[in-house]
Amino acid sequence: MKVLVAVKRVVDYNVKVRAKADGSDVDLNNVKMAINPFCEIAVEEAVRLKEAGVASEVVVVSVGEKSCQEQIRTALALGADRGIQVETEGAVEPLVVAKLLKGVVEKEQPQLVILGKQSIDGDNNQTGQMLGALANMAQGTFASEVKVDGDAVSVTREVDGGLQTVKLKLPAIVTTDLRLNEPRYASLPNIMKAKKKQLDVFSPADLGVEVKSHLTQLRVEPPAERQAGIKVASVDELVDKLKNEAKVI
Amino acid sequence: MSTLVIAEHDNSTLNGATLNAVTAAQALGADIDILVAGADCAAVGEQAAAVAGVNKVLVADNAAYGHQLAENLALLIAEVGAAYDNVVAPATTNGKNTMPRVAALLDVAQISDILSVESADTFKRPIYAGNVIATVQSADAKKVITVRTTAFDPAAPEGGSASIEAVSSAHDAGISEFVGEELAKSDRPELTAASVVISGGRGMQNGENFKLLDGIADKLGAAIGASRAAVDAGFVPNDMQVGQTGKIVAPDLYIAVGISGAIQHLAGMKDSKVIVAINKDEDAPIFQVADYGLVADLFEALPELEGKL
Repeated sequence: MKVLVAVKRVVDYNVKVRAKADGSDVDLNNVKMAINPFCEIAVEEAVRLKEAGVASEVVVVSVGEKSCQEQIRTALALGADRGIQVETEGAVEPLVVAKLLKGVVEKEQPQLVILGKQSIDGDNNQTGQMLGALANMAQGTFASEVKVDGDAVSVTREVDGGLQTVKLKLPAIVTTDLRLNEPRYASLPNIMKAKKKQLDVFSPADLGVEVKSHLTQLRVEPPAERQAGIKVASVDELVDKLKNEAKVI
Repeated sequence: MSTLVIAEHDNSTLNGATLNAVTAAQALGADIDILVAGADCAAVGEQAAAVAGVNKVLVADNAAYGHQLAENLALLIAEVGAAYDNVVAPATTNGKNTMPRVAALLDVAQISDILSVESADTFKRPIYAGNVIATVQSADAKKVITVRTTAFDPAAPEGGSASIEAVSSAHDAGISEFVGEELAKSDRPELTAASVVISGGRGMQNGENFKLLDGIADKLGAAIGASRAAVDAGFVPNDMQVGQTGKIVAPDLYIAVGISGAIQHLAGMKDSKVIVAINKDEDAPIFQVADYGLVADLFEALPELEGKL
């Protein structure tokens, strides 16, 4: 079976992003970019399915400017077989990304689509579910375990109260949570090999999708800063402060 | 103008997160109806009808909705929601699971995790793990919104007298089924609703040591949370995780024990009223957001703290 994995190029998770002083946007000058951590987990899961003989081919897709080919190559180095870039300009909203991915799903006809549950820039947590609705596929979001069994997949999901398991008819969508797996590091020979793997580029028009904006970002600002606190010297002083100064116990 | 709020519940009890979503809906300035979709969920309908400020409660009682499967629920909400200007749900795992499907079926954007309503079409929401707050304006005629519950006070659960109507639409997409669940059982308050939270991190060293938090939690009536590092290490289950991708909490008092304070953890707790950090590393970033920091070995500080409360 064929597995499609969607990946996004985002600011590296170690970077503390700030709003520009004029509030027009976030300051992304000279910051390190990387594959979204949840997407990396998605790639790893697909590659493991291939290694287990469940998946026959892993196709990785990214929507974005030409620079996102770097992240597609990273996924290819981790073990994906070929790549697809859908070339867009500027920020693209989740609904549009979902429509573009639906176009790719129609071309590629995968049995399983794996995505990260959210990207750590927009923190929207929408694209996988939206793709599910548009393509009329079942979804196992926030997955911590994925088991393919014949024409169905069982997904254990991290939910507010604990864990929930659902069984989905294939083709289906999985979005990854943190504990699904620990992604491997790409080896140097695999990074070299990845450079030669096939990478096709499509435009939104090729997929019959109009790129439209539903939301306008009016401004950005830093969150309210907490006032610097104090260090207490002992447990006694801590209990005293909580009782008599903060009055929370 | 009218707003439909999607109730969070377990078929018997209305979850408090719904009350925060009602308050956010009130800020939109429209009449508020609540949709209760579930199986044998009439009791939830009655509780929803008692919430202050609610006009009407719609109850869709059908086996297909019993486990809140997104595939079925989204079809129902998109159908019922077509008559409303806004569809609002709390940003719980159910809300996050279902609402983007609803938005896509209605061909509109979803505005995730709103912190405030600036006007009927403009909202504030956190991006980049809460390091930046964006103000966004929606151009869609219909808004699909999830609400960060800690950013809105709960609506009064009593005092309302909404009418209750049955919704007969039965949508079973037939592509997904519920297999089972393992839900944590605890006598403690729920993490997202507790007024005091005490969380442990990697510094706890193992799951057994989390028992050191029990006595303090008992004395303070606190819920117990954890950092991602503690959950990843297998010390405690996932439902205890506080952070960017776990639970967002904003209690009156948050006590972080053996937690270094990665930005992803801070994103989940920095709106707490008072933050206490106990950590033996005096340079740990958690101290930069803590009102009271205690540089100490937690294995000595915790028993002492329990004894002195």
